[in-house]
Amino acid sequence: MNGARVEFRGLRRRFGSTVALDGLDLTVEPGELIALLGPSGCGKTTALRCLAGFEQPDEGEVLVDGADITRVPANRRDAGMVFQSYSLFPNLNARDNVGFGLRVRKAPAAKRHARAQELLELVGLPSVGDRYPHQLSGGQQQRVALARALALEPRVLLLDEPLSALDAKVRVTLREEIRRLQLSLGITTIFVTHDQEEALSMADRVAVLREGRLEQVADPATLYDRPATPFVAEFVGAMNHLPGLVSGDRVTVLGQTLPVEGPSPDAARVDVLVRPEAVLVTPDGEGDGIVMVSSFRGSTARLRVRLGDGNEVLADVPGHDSARFAPGTAVRVGLVERPVLVSARPEAGAAAAVPEPDVV
Amino acid sequence: MRDSRTRSKGRWAAAPLLVFAVIVFGVPMLVLLGGTFTKEGTLSTANLTESLQGAYLTALVGSVKISALVAVLGGVLGTFLAQAVVTSRFRALREAVLTASGVLANFGGVPLAFAWIATLGNSGVVTTTLGLGQHGWNLYNFWGLTLVYLYFSIPLQVLTVVPALDGLRPQWREAAQNNGASTWQFWRYVGIPVLTPALLGGVVLLFGGAFSAYATAQAMVGSTVPLVTLKIADALTGNVLIGHENVALALSLDMIVVAGLVMAVYLPLQRRSARWLR
Repeated sequence: MNGARVEFRGLRRRFGSTVALDGLDLTVEPGELIALLGPSGCGKTTALRCLAGFEQPDEGEVLVDGADITRVPANRRDAGMVFQSYSLFPNLNARDNVGFGLRVRKAPAAKRHARAQELLELVGLPSVGDRYPHQLSGGQQQRVALARALALEPRVLLLDEPLSALDAKVRVTLREEIRRLQLSLGITTIFVTHDQEEALSMADRVAVLREGRLEQVADPATLYDRPATPFVAEFVGAMNHLPGLVSGDRVTVLGQTLPVEGPSPDAARVDVLVRPEAVLVTPDGEGDGIVMVSSFRGSTARLRVRLGDGNEVLADVPGHDSARFAPGTAVRVGLVERPVLVSARPEAGAAAAVPEPDVV
Repeated sequence: MRDSRTRSKGRWAAAPLLVFAVIVFGVPMLVLLGGTFTKEGTLSTANLTESLQGAYLTALVGSVKISALVAVLGGVLGTFLAQAVVTSRFRALREAVLTASGVLANFGGVPLAFAWIATLGNSGVVTTTLGLGQHGWNLYNFWGLTLVYLYFSIPLQVLTVVPALDGLRPQWREAAQNNGASTWQFWRYVGIPVLTPALLGGVVLLFGGAFSAYATAQAMVGSTVPLVTLKIADALTGNVLIGHENVALALSLDMIVVAGLVMAVYLPLQRRSARWLR
C-alpha cells in the first residue's frame, strides 16, 4: 500500500446562504497525515466529503495523483473513510462489516473472512469477529470501522472526527494507534478534527480552516510557535494579549524588553502575544500580581493572574507546584527571554480579550 | 429485598388487567371449544369436519387468499410510500401523509364500504362520470374487495415502517458507498435486513386486519366473495340453514388455528431477522 497525492483546487461549496468552502487550495503529499482543523462550520468536513464523493463542489476540483475525480461517484473512489460514530452496519458482525467491501466485489467467503481477520488483528481486535456492533464499546467500534476502511487497501484514508465520541483515555490510545498504523502503511491520511491537541499530536502538517478558507498550513511546531494570523494564534493553544511598546526591533512588555519576532508593526502601541507556558510566575509577597483562579490539569496548572495595572494574564506552572499558587497568592510575573509575536493593538477594551482559563 | 417487594407490588397493579384478559379471552375460548366439539348434546368432531368441507372450506381459503394478497401488496406499497415520504424534502408532505395514515388506518366497517360504493360502486360518482361500467369495472368481487382492504392496509404499513426507516442512519449508506456498494447493494446487504423485523411485523398486522374484517365485506359484497367471517355470521344467524351455530364456532376455531400458523411462521422469522439486535 502506498499513498497518493491529494489536491484540492479552488473548492467552493455553498449550502443555501452559507458558504462552506470558499476557494480552498491544499495539497497533501503522498504518505502524509494532514489534519484539517477549525471551529464547526469552517468547512473541514465538507472538504473531506468532497474528497469522499458525498458532496459535489460548486466550483473547483479534487485531484488524486493528478487525476480529476471530482465527478467520480462515491462508490468508485479509492478512499476509505471512518465516520464520526455509529457507522458500522448493525445487522452484520464485526467480521462481515470489515469484509463488506470484498463481499460487494464478490470475493469468495473464505478470502473475505481471512482478510477481515487479518485487519481485525491489525487494529488489535483479533477476537471480536463474531460480535455485532452493539456488543462492542465505542472505541472497539471505531477500530472495526478503521479496519473496514482499510480492507480494500485504499490509497487515501479519510477520518471524519473519528475520536470525538470517545472518552478521553480511549481517545488518546486510539489516536496513537491510528498514527502508528498510518506510518507503517504509508497511506495518505486526511484527518478532520476540531480538537487542536489531537491535530498537533498526530499530524505531519495541520491545516487551519476558517470560513471555508485555508488560514495556515504548517507542521505542528511551526503552527504553535509561529502562527501566521491572529486567528491561528487564538485557535491553536491559549494566547495572552499583553500591552507593549515597540521601539525599533524590540518591545517593552511587563517591564521587560524583548526582541520582536518577524517584522515590527508601524504602531508603537501593540499587543504582545505570549503563550501561558512562556509566562513565569513566582510567589512573592511584594509582587504586584494576584492569582485569581487556578485550574489543575495534572502535569500543569493554569493560573489566571490579575496584574497591578488591571490586565489579566494566563500562566502555566508545573502541576506539582500548584499548591504554592492558591487563589489569593501574591506573585511576581515575568516572561521567558525569547522573541515574541506582536500584533497591532485593537482599539479600546483589548485587555478583555484574555481567554477563559478553561480554554486549553 | 426492597426491590423485590416493590416489584411484587408492581405486579398487583397489573392484576385488574390480567383478570379482565382472562375473562374476555378465556370465557369465549371455553365456550368456543365446548361448542365446537358438541353436536346434538354429545362429544363430536362433526362440526370441525363440516367446517373444513365444501362452501365452508372455500370461504376459509378465500379469506386466507385475500388476506395474504392484501398483506403482501399493502406491505410492499406501504413501504415504498413510507420511504418516499421519509426521504422527501418537504416536511409538510411528511406530516400530511402521516396524519392521513393515522386516520385511514382506522377507517373500516360500513362507512368504508359506503365510501367506496358511493364513488366506485356500480352507480358511484366516479364510475358513472367516467363510464367505467362499460369497460367492465366491477367493485363487488375479489379484486374490488382487495382494493378496499388496501385502502386501510397501506396506511397501516406506513405507520409501522416509518419509525424503522427513520432509524436508518445516513452514515450506513455512505459507509456502504465508500466500500464500493451500489444503491441496490446497500439495500440488499444493509437496508432491507435492518428493516426486516419491522416489515414482517407490519405484514402480519395487515394479514390479521384483512383476515378478521367483516362489516365492510358484508356491506359491499354480501356473499359473492366467499369469506370465513361472512360464513360465521350466516351460520350464527341461521341465514342459510338453522342449527349451525356450532359450525360457526368450529369456523372460529379454524381462524384461530390459521392465526396460530401465521405466528408460527412469523416468530422464528422475526427472531432470525432480529438476531443482530440481541
